Amino acid sequence: MEVERRTLRSKQLSARDMLRGDLEGEDLERYVEERVVTTTFERMQNWARSNSIFPLTFGLACCAIEAPISIVTARYDLARFGAEALRASPRQADMIILSGRVSIKMAPVVRRLYDQMLEPKWAVSMGACSSSGGMFSNYAVVQGADKFMPIDLHIPGCPPRPEAVLYGFTKLQRKIQGNPDQGWRARYDAHGTEEWARGGPRSEPSAEAAAAYEEARELARA
Amino acid sequence: MPDAPGLELIRGEIERDRPGAVLATSFDRGQAALIADPERILDVLAWLRDEPGHRYDFLSSLHVADYLPAEPRFGVHYELINRDRVERVRVKAMLADPGDDALPAIDSCVDLFPTANFQEREAFDFFGIEFRGHPELTRILLPDDYVGWPQRRDFPVGGEPVTFTYNERNYG
Repeated sequence: MEVERRTLRSKQLSARDMLRGDLEGEDLERYVEERVVTTTFERMQNWARSNSIFPLTFGLACCAIEAPISIVTARYDLARFGAEALRASPRQADMIILSGRVSIKMAPVVRRLYDQMLEPKWAVSMGACSSSGGMFSNYAVVQGADKFMPIDLHIPGCPPRPEAVLYGFTKLQRKIQGNPDQGWRARYDAHGTEEWARGGPRSEPSAEAAAAYEEARELARA
Repeated sequence: MPDAPGLELIRGEIERDRPGAVLATSFDRGQAALIADPERILDVLAWLRDEPGHRYDFLSSLHVADYLPAEPRFGVHYELINRDRVERVRVKAMLADPGDDALPAIDSCVDLFPTANFQEREAFDFFGIEFRGHPELTRILLPDDYVGWPQRRDFPVGGEPVTFTYNERNYG
């Protein structure tokens, strides 16, 4: 629809008239066309989510110099993408950047941090080491972080430039705006992999825990 | 670091006070080392620490090397330093592999040098050397449930083979 370009001054005047209730007829139509965008609630919600990500303050190895340390500085400025609020607690964060090699001793710790984050949550594997083990093909390093947790985005490089991390971050934003499932188990078809703190042998849930879990899933589906 | 004649003098003095405790000396590329009898390693270390005129009273490093396929296979290295004269001497104790999953054993020197505590745990962690009399000989860097002694030369490297295009084309 053709929208006539107007000067800022005339827009201000029509906004004033609208607030006073003086705007009517064709003027009101034109005002609405200029000012209002219609969309679905999910798109608006995902747009808001993708532009207000709280990364976890967390570094594993040398990649942690590039991210999250470099990209929040003035030169690269992650704040442009709405992710400048780094949280020191996984319970307040919704993105974790695995910045470096994950040793077999660190892997349970990383997994626990990820499990403590609230849905929707996103995991970024940054650099060659956390994506595939990198040059550390040995007894001590996990050969790829997606062996023990879901990864939403891999950023290649050794280490990746901060620009690459920012590019990956915008990719993650586009992924979020594409309305993926908000729970990671549904996103990666991982139902049935739950671990149970208490219960029967070999991480089998107790009867009560299983019933409560099924009830919660039914509620989430409804 | 004592020179080659100085090393022989030290060996002679130990031989006088602790006969048989030092098996040999080695002087290679300016590095002086006493090869000690592993059963009497504490004798040698205590003598070097306490003898007036020597007093190598600081253990700067304790580490292990695997000399496979040489026999005896494991070398426990003690780097001693006298901080007044800034003079170092190295003591080696060679341990054979007892085989059958048994661990080679040597006396712990934690009572002589408390700093050896963590270093002996690290040597145990990676090479499976048992230090007799250590107050708490458990794994220090690897997870407690780790199986094997990963820095031994016959331990598999681990990891996963990666098929690079170059290797596939030329050797595949």
